[in-house]
Amino acid sequence: MLRCVILALVFVLASVRLASTAEFELREIAPGVFAHQGRTALMSEQNLGDIANLGAVVGERAVAVIDTGGSPAEAKMFLAALQQKTAKPIRYVINTHAHPDHVFGNGVFAGPGVEFVGHKNLPRALAARGPHYRESFRDAMGKEIEDVRIIEPNILVEDRLTLDLGGRKLLLQAWRTAHSDCDLTAFDEQSGVLFAGDLLFLKHVPIVDGSLLGFLQVADALAKIPASRVVPGHGPLAAQWPQALESERAYLERLTGDLRAAIKKGDNVSDAAQAAGQTERGAWSLFEDYNARNATAGFAELEWETP
Amino acid sequence: MISTARLTAAAILSLGLLQGAAAQTLSPSDPWPDLVRDIFHDRAMAGDEVVALEAPVRAEDAAIVPMTLRLKSSAVKGATLVIDQNPAPMAASFTFGDKADVGFIATRVRVNSYTNVHAVGETRDGTLHAQVKFVKAAGGCSAPAGKNPDEATAHLGEMKYREFKSPEPGRREAQIMIRHPNSSGMQMDQLTHLYIPAHYIDRVEVRQGEDLIFSMEGGISLSEDPNFRFSYAPNGSKTISVEAHDIKGNVFRREWPIGEAS
Repeated sequence: MLRCVILALVFVLASVRLASTAEFELREIAPGVFAHQGRTALMSEQNLGDIANLGAVVGERAVAVIDTGGSPAEAKMFLAALQQKTAKPIRYVINTHAHPDHVFGNGVFAGPGVEFVGHKNLPRALAARGPHYRESFRDAMGKEIEDVRIIEPNILVEDRLTLDLGGRKLLLQAWRTAHSDCDLTAFDEQSGVLFAGDLLFLKHVPIVDGSLLGFLQVADALAKIPASRVVPGHGPLAAQWPQALESERAYLERLTGDLRAAIKKGDNVSDAAQAAGQTERGAWSLFEDYNARNATAGFAELEWETP
Repeated sequence: MISTARLTAAAILSLGLLQGAAAQTLSPSDPWPDLVRDIFHDRAMAGDEVVALEAPVRAEDAAIVPMTLRLKSSAVKGATLVIDQNPAPMAASFTFGDKADVGFIATRVRVNSYTNVHAVGETRDGTLHAQVKFVKAAGGCSAPAGKNPDEATAHLGEMKYREFKSPEPGRREAQIMIRHPNSSGMQMDQLTHLYIPAHYIDRVEVRQGEDLIFSMEGGISLSEDPNFRFSYAPNGSKTISVEAHDIKGNVFRREWPIGEAS
């Protein structure tokens, strides 16, 4: 174990030297709260997997990082940009869930004194999916994939957990299966900024990789968080709260309604997946890439509802 | 400082380590000749459509890829679905009841990567008939793992039965669903760092009255919550029954009255 830690440290130090902040924008969206907006795109070697929003909250004693990006190269730029904003030590790395665009940069942040924090189901999800992600992103990410090390969390959140960053509390909440089976949000009480992870999509079509009905329920519960501002997992960093949830809810409700009707009618999953949710097409980017997938998973879930 | 947290042993675990335990999925060569030897003992296969395979061009969701086998001859006694590039390629092997006259059977499988999918039918004269389709794997964060394994485990073995109006004269159409995580066993227990044993449905029998409609032997390439939709010729029985076995020795049985839909 010690050897792992030392190797990780060497890796981090080597990484920092290579980092460049030239094309990496990290904005201070509230005092001591930073966010980076990823591109609305699929992960590629060209964009270094920089498609998800990332964040950081700086307290008096410690910094918490929220998601690490889609590649070590992106994570190095993120780390370098963050170190230009603050000299405080990064003590926590929070992963909002297990998807590669949020965790592939983890290895860059690993080192002594850095705790990795995730939903109680995150280790299972990383174990079950990690090897597949590594193989399946080899074509898209090229040599970037070679450096990917996914660090499992050593602090697991079963329900709620408060991280004290020094004069600043970050409230973490683990949710029931929704976007995925390991969704975690982070709420900075002081600024009122909510990091919603992929429980909130703006412009980028929502992805359902857990439970359609769970996603709708969690969206309702999220709306009750007294946030002043929200950082979605994908899409613009500036959004009204909780109005920002409305377009996502409209999409998920349309998909649910269409699928229930198809199931009632006796349609098969293939036909239903091509037809459901199509009226939402114009409202979203990457609709072609994800809608039929959401509909397939949603069909398999909703089939269990009917008597 | 940490109000409610479960601290576990620090686990810095690279994917490289995990990779060692996963099957070798990146074979540049075509695995089909080896699969013909291992599964079908190198028997000759006709390249016809005695059993037609319907597979999507693109696997939208790698965990739930619909596959349909259409039996074009009542002489078909069995059919095997093979996902060539999967870690466990033989997804399902079906045996059809003598008098069931099954018209089609649709199920859902996991697809790990770009792959050929083969449907191999066997007719009563002992000859094999193969058809192949190429399926593009889904991109993005799609993975062949389960979506909601806690839900599947909490309801382990629950079943659902549905009937549909069949467009085929003289046949009925029905669907059997079985709650099961059908897990591959690659998950690692966070506390022990031991791999959780595989847990999947390996045998299913569906009967009308006493007569077999179909039986299936399968493995981890079947999706979470195995699902079968099929058509068959009714024999006048009042009930349809299912017996499913998983590799932990669980046996799940259900029986339903057959309704009026036909």
